[in-house]
Amino acid sequence: MSSSVIEVTTPQPTPLGSHPVVEVLRKLFRIPPAVFGVVVITLTVFAALSAPWIVPIDPEEMDFDNLLSGISAEHWLGSDQMGRDTLARLIKGAQVALMVSLGAVGLGVLIGVPLGLVSVYFRGFVDDAIMRLMDSLAVFPSLLIAVGLAAAIGGSLTTVIVAIGLANVPWMARVIRSQGLMIRELDYVAAAEAGGMSHPRIIIKHILPNSVAPVIVQSTLSMGYAVLTEAALGFIGVGIQPPTPTWGNMLQQAFPMLDQQPLLSVVPGLAIFVLVLAFNFVGDAVRDVLDPRLKGVIH
Amino acid sequence: MTSVKTPVLEVTDLKKHFPVRKGVLGRVADNVHAVDGVTFSINEGETLGLVGESGCGKSTVGRTVLRLLKPTAGSIRLVGNDITTLGNRALRAHRRRMQIIFQDPFSSLDPRMSAGEIVGELLDVHGVITGSERKQRVAELFEHVGLRSDQLRNYPHEFSGGQRQRLGIARALSLNPELIICDEPVSALDVSIQAQVINLLMDLQQEYSLSYLFIAHDLAVVEHISDQVAVMYLGRIVEVADKRELFASPQHPYTESLLAAVPAPDPARERKKRLLKGDVPSPISRPSGCHFHTRCPYATERCRVEDPPLKEVAEGHRIGHRVACHLR
Repeated sequence: MSSSVIEVTTPQPTPLGSHPVVEVLRKLFRIPPAVFGVVVITLTVFAALSAPWIVPIDPEEMDFDNLLSGISAEHWLGSDQMGRDTLARLIKGAQVALMVSLGAVGLGVLIGVPLGLVSVYFRGFVDDAIMRLMDSLAVFPSLLIAVGLAAAIGGSLTTVIVAIGLANVPWMARVIRSQGLMIRELDYVAAAEAGGMSHPRIIIKHILPNSVAPVIVQSTLSMGYAVLTEAALGFIGVGIQPPTPTWGNMLQQAFPMLDQQPLLSVVPGLAIFVLVLAFNFVGDAVRDVLDPRLKGVIH
Repeated sequence: MTSVKTPVLEVTDLKKHFPVRKGVLGRVADNVHAVDGVTFSINEGETLGLVGESGCGKSTVGRTVLRLLKPTAGSIRLVGNDITTLGNRALRAHRRRMQIIFQDPFSSLDPRMSAGEIVGELLDVHGVITGSERKQRVAELFEHVGLRSDQLRNYPHEFSGGQRQRLGIARALSLNPELIICDEPVSALDVSIQAQVINLLMDLQQEYSLSYLFIAHDLAVVEHISDQVAVMYLGRIVEVADKRELFASPQHPYTESLLAAVPAPDPARERKKRLLKGDVPSPISRPSGCHFHTRCPYATERCRVEDPPLKEVAEGHRIGHRVACHLR
């Protein structure tokens, strides 16, 4: 019998732990629709931020020589019935669209996520109370809240953000709660508890970072819906009031002119379509990357 | 060595019932008697092995002792201090003295924290040490459990199961506890790794005179590490004794059959086969009398009616060998 020597080597781990966020971004950019979405959103953000420098014409300036013009040298995307430049108004509207989507989703996350976390951590009566409150809030569509708010205090940027934001709150709370329910039962939470860590600290250090992924997905998708809701509010006339141009009230004003100058409707309509699509593509891709088990399920 | 010392952990008649709610109003319809009157104590530097089938309540005992669960009745004394009913804030000071090591090396470490953060986490909570001292302590802990300090910045997924378990042990050690509750710490590991982790636990016990409550279902592992062994069945301890005594002359029929089920690495040895029939009864509606009578080969009429208390076995056995059986 020959005795063989078995060489024992410890595998060398990678010298530096690759951060999970970097990993997620790397995977994200391998999905073509996500790349499209990111490019569109980046361009929109860029246009909105640099509006004062890249828009040569005041969006409220009226050019009575060129009413309802088509694509021309003076007005690249045409002008409306009062001779206002559509491109300038589109970019100004992009600012509003982004502010609304960011503000509304931000408000939803800021209120919904803490409520969801408290709900999932303390369970029992607290959970029941908070979630039933969320249910009763979810009953009202954001459009209805907005109409009510607009009727009460008048349509403005703040009204629109608050209305859409409030409608987002229950969804954010539910989404983080559903993930948190699983995390709450894991041993590392028990270890933190057994180690004497305080409740708020456990929630912030362990439960929040590990349940935040679906909130990111939900936020991205909600931004798309926020753009859509803002446009709908503008279209029915209870949103942000003219003269501030928004994509919604641009559509509303273009509607009677549909047979004379279709371009006037097509431009803001297309802008809404492309931006909402971009948010949805990114949201879908982020979900696929963060939760591979769901890949192909919700499509 | 002759003086009578306060045991590190003294558990008296501990009960933990989980309500089963029914209907719209959440009326308590019944109770799951997960732990139903358990009494034991552990001395400094000693290990009590707690064994039993899955679902017998052994993990619940561990978690209730740690006060992760609120006890229904009974008392828990940690180095003489009654911690049974302490509130969160008052409990915090005592939490340093007892820690836990979990079974699952995957769910016991936060995947978003680096190994160094995980091990040092509890040091921050209690504000024991900070800055460079803290760094040094974490590196020291890594070394103690057989990890390299250049692994401090790695994330849990970059470690193997055995290494992850070592991280869990390092975290438990960080506050210099007197008692560690080991909740099946090796059940999820390969046999070769099991031995390493067990040896590590025993070395650490020697070095720091730690006390362990070692929960397991693997009798070979328990025999190796324990001083005392307690056998649980349906929320109760049915037999407790010195390790050698229990393995040499088990008194309770349940212990007997558990030991008979251990595979012996000796093909020549004839085995008394005494396999148990049936399943563990439901902890919601438990059998009357001795809970074991439904599966006991020796059960008599008395067993079906009268509940046997845990009492000292008469002559011929060491002091401290207690069993809950009418027939002994």
